[in-house]
Amino acid sequence: MDMSRNYFELLGLEPGYDVDLALLSERYRALQKEWHPDRFAHRSDRERRMAVQYTAHLNEALATLKSPLRRAQYLLLLAGRDTHGESSGQLDPMFLMEQMELRERLAEVGDASDPDAELDALAEQAQASMRTLQHEFVSLYAQSDLDAAEAVVRKMQFMTKLISEIEAAEDRLADY
Amino acid sequence: MALLQIAEPGQSAAPHERKLAVGIDLGTTNSLAATVRSGEAQTLPDEQGRHLLPSVVHYGRESAPEVGGDALVRAAEDPYNTIISVKRLMGRGVEDVLSFGDELPYHFVPGDGGMPYIETAAGPRSPVQVSAEILRTLRQRAETSLDGELTGAVITVPAYFDDAQRQATKDAARLAGLKVLRLLNEPTAAAVAYGLDEGEEGVIAVYDLGGGTFDISVLRLNKGVFEVLATGGDSALGGDDLDYALARWMLEQSGIELTPDAQQARYLTTLARSVKEQLTDQTSVQVDLEVAGQSVSVTVSRDQFDAVVEPLVKKTLRACRRALRDAGVDTDEVRDVVMVGGSTRVPLVRTRVGELFGREPHIDIDPDRVVAIGAAIQADVLAGNKPDSDLLLLDVIPLSLGLETMGGLVEKVIHRNTAIPVGRAQEFTTYQDGQTAMAIHVVQGERELVSDCRSLARFVLRGIPPMAAGAAKIRVTFQVDADGLLSVAAQELSTGVESSIQVKPSYGLSDDEITSMLKDSFSHAEEDLVARALREQQVEAERLVSALEAAIAQDGELLENAERAELEHEMAYLRELARGADAAAIEAGVEALAKLSDSFAARRMDKGIQRALQGHRIDELDKESE
Repeated sequence: MDMSRNYFELLGLEPGYDVDLALLSERYRALQKEWHPDRFAHRSDRERRMAVQYTAHLNEALATLKSPLRRAQYLLLLAGRDTHGESSGQLDPMFLMEQMELRERLAEVGDASDPDAELDALAEQAQASMRTLQHEFVSLYAQSDLDAAEAVVRKMQFMTKLISEIEAAEDRLADY
Repeated sequence: MALLQIAEPGQSAAPHERKLAVGIDLGTTNSLAATVRSGEAQTLPDEQGRHLLPSVVHYGRESAPEVGGDALVRAAEDPYNTIISVKRLMGRGVEDVLSFGDELPYHFVPGDGGMPYIETAAGPRSPVQVSAEILRTLRQRAETSLDGELTGAVITVPAYFDDAQRQATKDAARLAGLKVLRLLNEPTAAAVAYGLDEGEEGVIAVYDLGGGTFDISVLRLNKGVFEVLATGGDSALGGDDLDYALARWMLEQSGIELTPDAQQARYLTTLARSVKEQLTDQTSVQVDLEVAGQSVSVTVSRDQFDAVVEPLVKKTLRACRRALRDAGVDTDEVRDVVMVGGSTRVPLVRTRVGELFGREPHIDIDPDRVVAIGAAIQADVLAGNKPDSDLLLLDVIPLSLGLETMGGLVEKVIHRNTAIPVGRAQEFTTYQDGQTAMAIHVVQGERELVSDCRSLARFVLRGIPPMAAGAAKIRVTFQVDADGLLSVAAQELSTGVESSIQVKPSYGLSDDEITSMLKDSFSHAEEDLVARALREQQVEAERLVSALEAAIAQDGELLENAERAELEHEMAYLRELARGADAAAIEAGVEALAKLSDSFAARRMDKGIQRALQGHRIDELDKESE
């Protein structure tokens, strides 16, 4: 397999942010049926090792294209922009204000009269912001305004982190 | 007559001859083996017709260890030499084991690498060796009742088992002389057992409440592919905990003032278990508590029992909700709920699970056997008996894998519920000027602090050229295979200095230890070992040659004429070698042929992409190649 083939080509999908998730799953399963190491259980060790590599690559492709943040980062990477590292660029103050406010609420969630409801409200707000960011990314990417698209991806990174912190708080509240 | 004539490896088995493969459920309380016969998966009984093998091993001073029912009857008279619930010790360190407290009467001695050995009359025994005795007994049972040598086995583990526990299970199988076709997660096996015909589609939840662990798995079934979307649970919450809770409550009700010692605690728990079991069919049970010289009669109603265990059941439901969230699935999307484990017989459990998912859970297959049956179905496919089967199980990693960073914090490299196999790399740097070595500490768990996670392995990358702090770039690569087992490699990028390990867990056995234990386990050690090594190589050679024959028959057009001639020449040569008795020469021949066929294998796999995407974007391409 040509590991350098991009994930969209690998899965036979049109490159772009709007991915048909049902089709993605279908292609993924079809390729797993060809490549999964269990299909090579009675073949040679080398073939099994190769199968492990292939399916690991395929799983990475699926994980990347399924995640709203990683899919955007991957499109930028294909356009020659690596957004995985730390960046020194400025984020707009309005966004930072909103982040600070959400994080404060999260930190104080234990003091709320109904922590569960407060967490639900926070999660909803974060998800809504994430959806807005995704829309912004789609139109900026379509206009090839990659600088602005990159800035949106950085906001998505913040928001994704916040969402996972909200989930961690839910786990703590549920006594894990 | 044996079905598979391994004694004459030069001849390939006729295609209609079935390979013998079993599924084994290696449980905390009971273990059992199952196989597919005449198209149906059945559990295998012993000569007395018993299917469940109690997971108990008794070690005597002179005699061979006893396993199962015979060992269980020794538990009371000889508790120190009768090992029960060994599964709870698998992959654990001495510290963990001591923290289990009074429930375990054994004397532990630390072995090399911190693995606890149990002092027995027959000498110190590791949990891996004890488990191997159970597996060996099941292997013998299977080989007797199937009349032939096993090709391999699928062995089940709790979905929530970490890397160390999985590795320990695989080591035990090796010690028992079993070829592991796959370590399979118990809930996935249960889903397969429920058949859920290959044509069916939808989301399935498997709720598995065993004796000592709780697992919840959410799977998507689509045309024979079982894709685990998320798994969760609690490796320290099981039916035993319901018993403890009820035992405490009954003691309270009796009015007897007592802080029970180990023996009294065992008595109360056993009594509680029997009350729990009776309450499955009855609405009220009366028992006599005879403890500390007093005898008090206590009545327990189903409602009272329900109130006592409700908090524990609630805890499992929270884990269910979290798994659904991780899977990105709403409760109303779940089409089937499958119940596994003896504790799912408790009516309250069934009611609450039914309420959460809004549907009646499946209970039609015996919850004690369902896992072995599912494992047998997959073993049959993996052994090559059903080449046309669509059955494919795609699993995830249950707990996040990460590395220790400065300040005892965990940097996660692979998050929980990531599909496996998976490979992922992360870059780190040095924090001191001139630093030439870096300690790599691999941990597993969800918590932020290293001290709250399970330590899997430590190794050191040396030979980093002295540079300013932060200038060196060290790439650490994690690779997890389809069994959920991890290997880790580290490389300094500017110089290429490299170091890697197959993660041998901190509490595992080394390869040398396993080899020497294997040797010990053969009565005529040397001879048997040599004969066995030869047979293994002969089987491997035959497997490779027949796989290649099939490949050439199917995809021969991918080979140039010269390539094909060379391959066929080497295949004939290897067959010739395999008729001889030189194991090393056969091994070298296998290696050479495998290498020669590498690029053909790669071309065949690439062709797989086209097949998989057929009828879609690249169908023109496909036509050209036809």
